[in-house]
Amino acid sequence: MGAMARTVILCQRGGVFTSSVDPSSESFRKNRADMLVAVEQLRALESRSVAASNNRRATFEKRGQIPPHDRIARLLDPGMPFLRLHTLSNYLVEDENPETSVPGANLICGIGFVRGVRCMVWADDSGIRAGSVTHSSLPTTMSLQDIALRQKLPLIHLVESAGANLLSFRVETWAGFGGVFRNLARLSAAGVPTVTVLHGPSTAGGAYMPGLSDYVVGVKDNGLAALGGAALVRAATGEIADERQLGGSEMHASVSGTVEYLADDDAHGLAMARDVVARLDWNRFADPPRARPYDPPKYDTDEIAGVVPVDYRTPYDVREIFARILDGSDFEEFKPRYGLSTVCARAGIFGYPCAIIGNNGPIDPDGATKAAQFFQLCDSSDTPILFLHNTTGYMVGTAYEQAGMIKHGSKMIQAVSNVRVPKISMYIGASYGAGNYGMCGYAYEPDFLFSWPNSSSNVMGGEQAAKTMAQVAEGAAVRRGIEIDAGQLKEQTDAIVAHFSKQESAFYTSGRVLDHGVIDPRDSRRVLGFALETCLEARARTLRPNTFGVARM
Amino acid sequence: MPDFSTLLVANRGEIAVRVLRSARALGLRTIAVYSEADARAPHVKLADEAVLLGPPPVADSYLDVDRILAAATERGAEAIHPGYGFLSENSSFAQAVEAAGIVFVGPPPAAIDVMGDKARAKRAMVEAGVPCVPGYQGEDQSDDRLVAEAREIGFPVMVKAAAGGGGRGMRRVGSEKELVRALSRARSEAERSFGSGDLILERAIERPRHVEVQVFADAHGNAIHLGERDCSVQRRHQKVIEEAPCPVMTEDLRGAMGAAAVNAARAVDYRGAGTVEFLLDESGEFYFLEMNTRLQVEHPVTEMITGLDLVALQLRVARGEALGLDQAEVVLQGHAIEVRYYAEDPEKSFLPATGPILLWHEPSGEGVRVDCGVETGGEVSPYYDAMVAKVIAHGPTRDDARLRLARALEGTALFGVKTNRDFLIDALRQPTFAAGDATTAFIEETYGKRGFQAAPLDTDVVAAAAGLQRAIDLESARKECLAVNPELLDWASTGPLESVVRYELPEGSVNVRVVASRSSGGYDVHVGDAVRRVVVEELRSETARVSVAGRATEVVFLAGRNRELHLTLGSRTHVFVDVAGVPSTGLDGAAGGRVVAPMHGRLLQLLVEQGQEVQVGERLAVLEAMKMQHEILADVGGTVKTIVALPDTQIGAGDLILEIEPAS
Repeated sequence: MGAMARTVILCQRGGVFTSSVDPSSESFRKNRADMLVAVEQLRALESRSVAASNNRRATFEKRGQIPPHDRIARLLDPGMPFLRLHTLSNYLVEDENPETSVPGANLICGIGFVRGVRCMVWADDSGIRAGSVTHSSLPTTMSLQDIALRQKLPLIHLVESAGANLLSFRVETWAGFGGVFRNLARLSAAGVPTVTVLHGPSTAGGAYMPGLSDYVVGVKDNGLAALGGAALVRAATGEIADERQLGGSEMHASVSGTVEYLADDDAHGLAMARDVVARLDWNRFADPPRARPYDPPKYDTDEIAGVVPVDYRTPYDVREIFARILDGSDFEEFKPRYGLSTVCARAGIFGYPCAIIGNNGPIDPDGATKAAQFFQLCDSSDTPILFLHNTTGYMVGTAYEQAGMIKHGSKMIQAVSNVRVPKISMYIGASYGAGNYGMCGYAYEPDFLFSWPNSSSNVMGGEQAAKTMAQVAEGAAVRRGIEIDAGQLKEQTDAIVAHFSKQESAFYTSGRVLDHGVIDPRDSRRVLGFALETCLEARARTLRPNTFGVARM
Repeated sequence: MPDFSTLLVANRGEIAVRVLRSARALGLRTIAVYSEADARAPHVKLADEAVLLGPPPVADSYLDVDRILAAATERGAEAIHPGYGFLSENSSFAQAVEAAGIVFVGPPPAAIDVMGDKARAKRAMVEAGVPCVPGYQGEDQSDDRLVAEAREIGFPVMVKAAAGGGGRGMRRVGSEKELVRALSRARSEAERSFGSGDLILERAIERPRHVEVQVFADAHGNAIHLGERDCSVQRRHQKVIEEAPCPVMTEDLRGAMGAAAVNAARAVDYRGAGTVEFLLDESGEFYFLEMNTRLQVEHPVTEMITGLDLVALQLRVARGEALGLDQAEVVLQGHAIEVRYYAEDPEKSFLPATGPILLWHEPSGEGVRVDCGVETGGEVSPYYDAMVAKVIAHGPTRDDARLRLARALEGTALFGVKTNRDFLIDALRQPTFAAGDATTAFIEETYGKRGFQAAPLDTDVVAAAAGLQRAIDLESARKECLAVNPELLDWASTGPLESVVRYELPEGSVNVRVVASRSSGGYDVHVGDAVRRVVVEELRSETARVSVAGRATEVVFLAGRNRELHLTLGSRTHVFVDVAGVPSTGLDGAAGGRVVAPMHGRLLQLLVEQGQEVQVGERLAVLEAMKMQHEILADVGGTVKTIVALPDTQIGAGDLILEIEPAS
């Protein structure tokens, strides 16, 4: 009797979740196998760019240089966490062949620690096409700069880039890239330090990379910054310039004053950059965020791979994911008996209180109002919100329209747009239509947005789109009183399905910089926790902004 | 009764600390004295009061009788304990102390006088029936007489300064041919060192053991011995390892040697603690060598097997109390071994080393005692003896004590200055020593002409250092950061990142790559083509538990500011410097031909001139430090650009001597 009463109370107040997933079941094994295939694909794509970069390792070593991936490793504190961002950027953008497209946009970026300071680090991957600018470099760069500004992260850029490839030059790249330098100026004005290490060339527009950074470390012999390289100078003025005199680090350190610190070699330059950051004493401007004692999840986060069916059309309870991400597998559901397919709860990660929302299917009017109210309450209590997307969108149909699906969905979108708390989104399955908007998708500027490799985001599913178009075609045929050509219709349907499914894959959308990266689902707790720590640290930090940024004299 | 309640300790280092401890335990008010070099030394902090004597040189401080007496009078000291060394065997000091109405904690001046003169001592001992090495200690110092006596004694003979001690001025002469020349050199050396050119001759006892007997006498006519100590392991006639009892001692021999020692003490009306040193030859014959009229460095081994506090006993006797125990009550229990922990380089003929003490880490453990006069943050100065501590272990058997001591030393570290730690551990584990067969020839026979050489570095050690460095770096980043959850450590979203350290090893500089292995909670450390799994099982402030390829070791470490990692791993002490990120021109431009003094000392000779071409390894200068001549060799070839130091001047460690323009 007593035990039952206790159970009832736990159900009402939330509590430690009891999983109904059996890790020894056939479906678990199948889900896991499928998910691991998807993760393997992700790792293979990431390795593709690392391998491409490492192809040039011998060249770097011959020049006495450290290859770009090693530069990042040496810049960062050993053993401290590193959250890579945008590893798939530019995938299938310039090269549409999935077998050959090299992801990464010729840059390596992420959030890591330098002498204990959480920083945004960014290296030109000069191992791939000499680090030249790709079609996706601009949105990727803007994204990492936005994060740096928003999360108050000192920005360290390891420069070595051939600049724009004139053979595939696009005018919008040049026009847009001005924003990168504008961002540097804004970061400096906001009081977020920017550090550049000049490992190699940075010519033309790239020269403003050191020009607009607060601190520049120039590496002897290889570091080079010039508005026009020797070739351009010859073409423009006829001068036959010596490249080192034109823009070598030594010249900039002693003549032009563009370089603050002259380094003997790459390793020394990286050590100097670390020292620059250490001497900022950056962490005195924030109190550590307050974490409470917590238990790790009762259910192993590794089980996520087996809990989730890779096909989003197979339903499962999103609470099974909650239980494998949240402290103690413990969460308190908000309105658990109302708007059942929209699950809202309060919980914690790493001892930091947070709110979490997930979907068990489409969002109906009850779900939308429940979520809208929940978001407002989170804003009121300043509680960060985690969004786990697995929804095919808002409900459609006469009953739902009449129930006010539009206005209720609007409330949810309005709330999510205007909440002032950290928002961290993760595409874990489907994220379709306006459901993506209400759940804080790409355009809603979540602080962080990651995708699982099985996830897909789009206006709607491919089959749904194809069926819709088939309905439209059939309707038109009926109206015109003509017979529909079944073969043609099948062809159209297939084409639409293919067109949609190509674009909805997480790898494709991440290639177009529509998220911050694709992660191994089993890393979800760490990624969410890291992102949460980053947001909380930013909020605890007081900057010393100024009007114009710090100008180099 | 000469009672006293305030004691001045006229010494420094570990013995001052040792004496102060017992004095404080007896409830005495204590006064330390110190030189300017010792202003923050442990003995100064331990005493109730401390008085500055003067500048660092011993003549101006610890040997300055007037200043010490003035300090004693001024602060109301009623007794003075001289420790060992310095003024402990100076009878005029003892007289001056007593003349000032202060109790001298030591024997009567007359006993010091007799025993301080080797010849007089020997004559007295012969008279008292104490067995002596056949020899000549007469007043006739003519060469003819000495040669004749030597012939009588039989070669080889030992030629010694009559007033000498501590092995100085001693030489072994193999044949009559060499004798005259040896006599003249010994005479002038004795004159210079001890102010008297008088020599004595003794038969050279081959491969003897050095066995000494601790005696104690009070003012009431009681005299006993507290067993013997074997101090055979010596280098340059200075003791390194001492133990009690002597491994080859028998009850009968102990009885005989003890009785001889007590006789010796009685013969000079001895009072207090004294040590009668004998040579014990392979046949079991023993010969009087000398008597030390003070507390010995190695007294702790006697304390550990007798359970007595010899300093407390000295103080009681000095107060006029009776010893309070008779010979039958002296019970020897178990075995104790002591090592002298010196700041010196055992691989370079035990050349004394000086410098800052970056870390002093003491061992702990069952039956382990440490007598120490230094601490972290202190300094080994060039002015005083290079012994920084004594580590002593006691156990039920000799092997227990020996193994405990070796283990204890493995848990001991002094970083910043070269020490003989690794040598001591090696010596304790040598089969000859383990078997109890070490004689005074032990070091020479074991290590040969080249002397002790540490085994070359192996991959495991390099891997352990790199793994530990990684854990230390992570820990320091964690301390600096605002918030990082432990679940995130050694994690990166795209797979583990590797870190790199670059070590300068004898075979050249090597990149050592460290990659976290989440499955083992450790690191895969790549040293060249070799990979070792390293797990830092525990990381504490000065110690860590590190396992390499599954074998765990306790290490003592210190991570320095300039990326240097001092580390003891088992029997070896290492310094690894991570030069990744160090500019190729060096941190302070010290490379590339700057020749600096390796230690404090007097620059005896400059062997090159400005503009002279020099080759790598060429002799540039000779520095005299701690009575040792140290050659300074060129580490680069080139032209001598400038000479900064002047010959025959005192220079400090790190001072520039000259600069070589390296040949390009």
